[in-house]
Amino acid sequence: MKRRVTHSTFVLERHYPSAPEKVFHALSDVEAKKQWFVGPADWLQTRFELDFRVGGREVNVGGPQGGPISRFDAIYQDIVADERIIYTYDMHLDDVRISVSLATFELRSENGGTRLIFTEQGAYLDGFDDPSLREKGTNDLLDALGSSLTGK
Amino acid sequence: MFHDSTQLDLMFQALADPARRGMVERLAQGPASVSELAQPFSMSLSAVMQHLQVLEASGLVRSQKSGRVRTCHMESPALGTAERWISDRRATWEHRLDRLGDFLSAVQKDIENDLCSEAQGDTFDIRARAALSVGA
Repeated sequence: MKRRVTHSTFVLERHYPSAPEKVFHALSDVEAKKQWFVGPADWLQTRFELDFRVGGREVNVGGPQGGPISRFDAIYQDIVADERIIYTYDMHLDDVRISVSLATFELRSENGGTRLIFTEQGAYLDGFDDPSLREKGTNDLLDALGSSLTGK
Repeated sequence: MFHDSTQLDLMFQALADPARRGMVERLAQGPASVSELAQPFSMSLSAVMQHLQVLEASGLVRSQKSGRVRTCHMESPALGTAERWISDRRATWEHRLDRLGDFLSAVQKDIENDLCSEAQGDTFDIRARAALSVGA
């Protein structure tokens, strides 16, 4: 079996008209986070746990109906109220670990609202053979990317 | 392809435009000439050429000129599994952050409505207001 690791970083930015403490609340309160922290549109969420403190864990399990189970497992590494959250997490697809990542949320007060900067630095693991995943069409990917950009 | 995030950025930029997504959808069905691509969008040929340049820079589309006709086709990217995870992950986060924005504006509206009805009912209570802003 061929083993491979690919490193990648991406940065996403948003401006929200809400104050940083409101955004921080939405990132740190379990009931609030359930409202927006979701997988792709067709996923079912089967488990969500959030222990929001340094060293605390977050677990999020779900996946498409009849498809593989995705498991998000995070440990909070750094928390500065209303300003910064850093956690590390790994993702499993069924029993296979597919990535290990460092995620950083930075919140800055800006124009009466909040600038949110999300940075993900990941080691994406490869080397397991799953033809069904590899064969999934380019069109599916492009559709997913396109609709995520238009917010549908 | 997609060996680095710059390539992914170019692809996201290319797909951010509805006309270019339409061109990609058309090309997913098979090759087409530039004038065939232009037809459903009522765009000038030069506008289509500009969109085509962006799509080519992103690596999603290739074109070849034969005589006077330029034919475009989808580049079938041999997406490695890791590249697929990365682009899926990014798309998932774009979706989540949009949802977060929707959630925040819904919360904001609730607060405004509550404060408004309190003020109208002449039962304005500063403790209630403080509780609302902390609780939300």
